[in-house]
Amino acid sequence: MNFDFSDEQKQLRDQVRRFLGEHCTTKHVRAVLEGKHKYDRNVWRGLADLGLLGIAIPEEYGGTGAGHLELCVVAEELGRALAPIPYSSTIYLAAELLLRVGTEAQKKQFLPKIAAGEVIGTVALVESMGDPTPASIRTIVQAGRITGHKTLVPEGEIADFAIIVGRENSLNDEAGIGLYLVDLKSDGVHIKPVETVDPTRNHAEVTFTNVPVEALGNIGEGWMYLNAALDRAAVLVAFEQIGGADRALEIGRDYALDRMAFGRQIGSFQAIKHILADMYVATTLARSNAYYGAWAFSTNAAELGEAAANVRISATQAYQLCSKNSIHVHGGMGFTWEYDCHLFYRRSNLLALSLGSLTMWENRLIDAMCKTHAAA
Amino acid sequence: MMDISWSQAEIAFQDEVRTFLKANLTDEVRAAGRLMTSVYTDHELSMKWQGILAKKGWAAPGWPVAYGGCGWTTTQHYIFARECALAGAPPISPMGLRMCAPGLIQFGTQEQKDYFLPRIISGEVFFCQGYSEPNSGSDLASLKMAARREGDEFVCNGSKIWTTHANVANWIFCLVRTNQQDKPQKGITFLLIEMDRPGVEVRPIVSLTGEHLQNEVFFTDVRVPVKNVVGKIDDGWTVAKYVLEFERGGAYTPTQRVALERIRDFAATIPGDTTARLIDEPVFATRLARLFMHADALEIFELRTLSAISSGGSPGAASSVMKIMGTELEQAVTELRLDAAARLSREYRPEACLPGGPILYPHATAPVATPTEALVAPLRYFNERAATIYAGSNEIQRNILAKAALGL
Repeated sequence: MNFDFSDEQKQLRDQVRRFLGEHCTTKHVRAVLEGKHKYDRNVWRGLADLGLLGIAIPEEYGGTGAGHLELCVVAEELGRALAPIPYSSTIYLAAELLLRVGTEAQKKQFLPKIAAGEVIGTVALVESMGDPTPASIRTIVQAGRITGHKTLVPEGEIADFAIIVGRENSLNDEAGIGLYLVDLKSDGVHIKPVETVDPTRNHAEVTFTNVPVEALGNIGEGWMYLNAALDRAAVLVAFEQIGGADRALEIGRDYALDRMAFGRQIGSFQAIKHILADMYVATTLARSNAYYGAWAFSTNAAELGEAAANVRISATQAYQLCSKNSIHVHGGMGFTWEYDCHLFYRRSNLLALSLGSLTMWENRLIDAMCKTHAAA
Repeated sequence: MMDISWSQAEIAFQDEVRTFLKANLTDEVRAAGRLMTSVYTDHELSMKWQGILAKKGWAAPGWPVAYGGCGWTTTQHYIFARECALAGAPPISPMGLRMCAPGLIQFGTQEQKDYFLPRIISGEVFFCQGYSEPNSGSDLASLKMAARREGDEFVCNGSKIWTTHANVANWIFCLVRTNQQDKPQKGITFLLIEMDRPGVEVRPIVSLTGEHLQNEVFFTDVRVPVKNVVGKIDDGWTVAKYVLEFERGGAYTPTQRVALERIRDFAATIPGDTTARLIDEPVFATRLARLFMHADALEIFELRTLSAISSGGSPGAASSVMKIMGTELEQAVTELRLDAAARLSREYRPEACLPGGPILYPHATAPVATPTEALVAPLRYFNERAATIYAGSNEIQRNILAKAALGL
């Protein structure tokens, strides 16, 4: 049994950290936050040049084919750096779905361009507030054309193509649900930006009126594909969350060592120490879960469902705890625009909802446990 | 390279453990596990079970092979702990096997190892732990029990408190003050004392459940040979810290997982408020699922820590994480169990269970009508309050983490 990344994977981490340390500082993140760009093209380009967009895409489709553990390593670093780029929607969701259910032609069409940084992809799922269910999908496909309305589409303004969750009947169940590839530059696609708590990640409302689509995988199995993709994405996003939580803890710790009150470092007071110790405990446990999830993901283990729900919940909670307490430890300075605490707070809250709420994932966990125990 | 699956050899080992448990875990010993009221098993049955394990060579699996250990891999230790918990085996007392012995193995003289280690395994030597004093609990380094050197002997005066099983132990490992000059941690010595020495007196402390497991131990001019010092004189703090890491870094999760599975099964047999079965109440199911999740997280963390130890690390800060999360989980498990049990019975009958020591204040003598799972629930709930206090309170653990992991 081994619970650690290999030396090569650790070298990869150092390489990504060095790159982001130079090109993706909080100054760069703030440029996107303050509306100067929709995402950081320079970072996106750099990751493509380093082969990090195609790290889990096989060589035959233009990637480096390193693997999913390597992808986890990259995800953690992107989370630490709060990278303002469309990585998760393009890589964790779109590329992964293409890899799992795409035809040979679809893989050949999209994956090499994704790996090269030439196209940005996304998944358009949500139609109404609340956690998505089969019944909430009202986007209809008829005779190869799609009509409907999607909201909170990640990177909606900058993506070139989307995988849309739609249906071929007007029922409420899973049976008619399919996944559909759409070129977002087509006529009939109307895009309107949505400002969320974290403007460093683009979101949009997208309306489709009679837009040509191509099915991805079998109709009727779309909901199943989506759920499997959410499990895998949950593990990857958890690494981002842990990277962010770690960094929020570090800046809180550094401030506690620097700031003096009553003639002492505030970090010498137990009330502050215990807040930081609890942040450390939460992050440490989430990290263990994430390693387990990474293993289940990379080996396609049967435990993936339970592992994904576990890591999704613990990493979400850890990041929210760390980002919120980092503000608190900073005192008044933590409440300012000038200090970076709010960047982590914003990102933690965005990621807490981006793949479905904690309630949804707790329900998934209960389901996964019932399945495991019924089988045992 | 990350690899969390079990090998064929490990699966074969699991079978071997299962076969052994099936053949050797007697109903009587199993009952001690089912009816225990705290983390301590009924003393006699605990020793009986230790004897059975010793016969197989499995009483001290974590020791070096030369002293009776098994040379198991991390995974094997985990499999063993898990299978024991699943089979309902009670825990055996850790004080000699898992606390004093690692100190002896690391810091003891050859003579001490040769004398004590085989006798700890056989049960001939049964240790209790003399650390806390009436005015030195969390602030352990302030301890005052004095050991004054007179030739080849120390003359000991003072007292120890919260000494579990001092009433049945024949040896105590103590921290004593041998030097007043230096800073508090520097003048402490790790000393082994025989309980039948003249001047040793044990007085019971009855806990809030009415059970007698703990004691106060008084030392009046007790003479102890200098050769009973473990490690260097005045350097006992080093030994104590080492031993405490082992105490804190126990395997929490197999036991807690089994406890949660029992609660799940139990909750399927009793009615809920709005559903036919309690397990179908959404609020109850959610609480249970959250605790399973907590246990899962700890299990993986525990495995990761064990795997780091097996490649040469020491538990270090990880043992404080385990202590905090493990004890908070244990408390939450007892709270959920009581929530379920209270729907069946309100009986509080410690004397009808198998506690770790005698019950001094039983109130009822009528036959017990409560099923076992509900019967032990209030006792475990009461006793579990100690978990966040003992072995260095959870606040002390947070201080350790702030220093060791965060540099504060």
